[in-house]
Amino acid sequence: MSTFLLLTITAFGLGAMYFLIASGLSLIYGLMGVLNFAHGAFISVGSYGAWWTEAHLFSGVHSVVLRFLLAAFMGLVIGGVFAAAVELVLIRPLYNRHIEQVLVTVGLQLAFVALLVGIWGPDAKVFVVPPWLHETTTIAGAHIPNDRWVEIATAATVLVLLQLFLRRTRYGLIIRAGVENRAMVQALGIDVRKAFTLVFAIGGVAAAVAGVLSGVYFNTISPDQGTSLLIFAFIVVVIGGLGSIGGSAVAAMVVALTQQYTNYYASAGIGDMVVVLLLGLVLLARPRGFAGAVVGARA
Amino acid sequence: MRRQALVSDWLWPLAVFGALAVVPALHVSIPKLFDQPISSPGTLQLLGACVLFGALALTYDIQFGFTGLLSFGHALYIALGVYLSNIAITDWHWSFWVSILFTMGVALVLANVLGFVSLRVGGIAFAMVTLAFAQAGAVLALKDPHHWTHGEEGLGADYTKLPHVFVGILNTKNLYWLSLVFLAVVFFIVRWAVESSPGRVWQAIRENEQRVEVLGMRPHLYKLQSFVLSSALAAAGGIVYMLLYSGSTLEVTTPTFTLTLLLMVVIGGAGSRWGAVLGGILYTYLNNRLVAVGSSSTVAGLPHALRTPLEQPLFLLGVIFILIVFFLPGGLAGIAAHGRPSGLRRLEETIRPDRGLTAPPEEA
Repeated sequence: MSTFLLLTITAFGLGAMYFLIASGLSLIYGLMGVLNFAHGAFISVGSYGAWWTEAHLFSGVHSVVLRFLLAAFMGLVIGGVFAAAVELVLIRPLYNRHIEQVLVTVGLQLAFVALLVGIWGPDAKVFVVPPWLHETTTIAGAHIPNDRWVEIATAATVLVLLQLFLRRTRYGLIIRAGVENRAMVQALGIDVRKAFTLVFAIGGVAAAVAGVLSGVYFNTISPDQGTSLLIFAFIVVVIGGLGSIGGSAVAAMVVALTQQYTNYYASAGIGDMVVVLLLGLVLLARPRGFAGAVVGARA
Repeated sequence: MRRQALVSDWLWPLAVFGALAVVPALHVSIPKLFDQPISSPGTLQLLGACVLFGALALTYDIQFGFTGLLSFGHALYIALGVYLSNIAITDWHWSFWVSILFTMGVALVLANVLGFVSLRVGGIAFAMVTLAFAQAGAVLALKDPHHWTHGEEGLGADYTKLPHVFVGILNTKNLYWLSLVFLAVVFFIVRWAVESSPGRVWQAIRENEQRVEVLGMRPHLYKLQSFVLSSALAAAGGIVYMLLYSGSTLEVTTPTFTLTLLLMVVIGGAGSRWGAVLGGILYTYLNNRLVAVGSSSTVAGLPHALRTPLEQPLFLLGVIFILIVFFLPGGLAGIAAHGRPSGLRRLEETIRPDRGLTAPPEEA
């Protein structure tokens, strides 16, 4: 029972990262029709940004907790700015050229990973976190590492903030309407393109949060970490239905739980296979994804 | 008219392949371009890889450039050729030819099954699903549940089982010729395929799938045909790859491997036979040679901030790729297109969101 509980909480921690990445991907795709491969770069910008500022910018700060929080905050800021810059410089000039937009993000992702390897080497770097995160809390006999709570709480906060933003603000309204029917929003005289930069920045910040959390979760960061997380986030996006934040959240948990349970109870690696199988089944049964947004089916 | 067709259809390609065939006999050195003389095993190995990747890029172009299917999982079929043939030979001690036949049989079945499933969705969803299937293959090769692939160590081929002409450093020229013959075979198969009547339907699907459907044809079957041909040739190329590198490593299973094929095709010119081949050759050459340039004394003198990116070929190639997408969407082959739509310009329709997975159809 305690193992089961540990697996479940760990899966929620992992699912938290999947959700953070998938929510941005899903919004960007829903609004702009761009499958953003560069999201992997956004993850790395967050994790390396926090890692670097922790060691160089905030080395004078004595409290480990404060240093970690400051560095994490810087990671998010850099992630958001980077993502907005990518949209303005690389995506916007190719407006409505979908294949070129996707290819540019693919090129950016490959070049960016190579750049990270070039600057800091291919090896994993130790990510400094407050020692409390590596201690465990005992619940019903299960020793749960404390970082899992932070991951779950962070993702839940982001989920609530995103929903509030999308439902309660004017920009959120424009984004939701744009996902629904972009042509109509434009016909009403609203410049949707401003919202494009905004969703990229939001997606970039969310991905950077996931990057920082991945450093906490794995204890280390490495250049290819973003790519491997990205692939599962893609699966989450397809299963959850595009443009749906709630769908992403549910799908992220389903994918992470499936992965953790099968990796433990069957054999390591089988979990990843089962997730892919799950994706195949979902597409066969419901090409629109669980959330019911239009996925896959041709218009 | 017929004479002209004869020249462009047969004489040109045969002249190019013939010229490439005599390369191993060149006992000359080209100092800047190659470290060693052309006929040396080291250079021939590099040239063999260039030619092989020209062919692999062309197999990818069948589905991407000619049919408009953006797959992120082509590496799965190449990896299948690289690994399964080697596993059959080295782990199961099967004979060479039986292993090859078995590998090709499995590749055909797998391509049909996975193609059938993934082609249920179009556009970008297809890209994601193929990526996921390839990732499953990559995980399988890495975790190695049956101790066949040897995970990160890779699997060296049992050379006693391989044909003797393909074993040993002195036979590198034979491996080069093998790659070249493979390229020529793929080239002529692709030309025959895209100019056959199903091949014309593939290109019609690329331009406008709905119109094909309205004409009473079933795009799904034609897309599957293209996908299976592309994947089977990729698996055959994987077997050549295994011979050329006398073993299997995880590199061929990664998503990055498929993406590099995509880079090759786009740099050379999507939907163009010579373009894809040229892209594959050029990319592979630069990927190998830029390392040497990066470690050269000129670059070593540069400040750290400039030097580091130059030492990473994939960084430079990624940047070149982005520039090509922006300024030369027809790729290198597009230069010769004289303003006709070529390369990516002809692929605009293929992943339009209203054809893929997304929100409702939008403005034209």
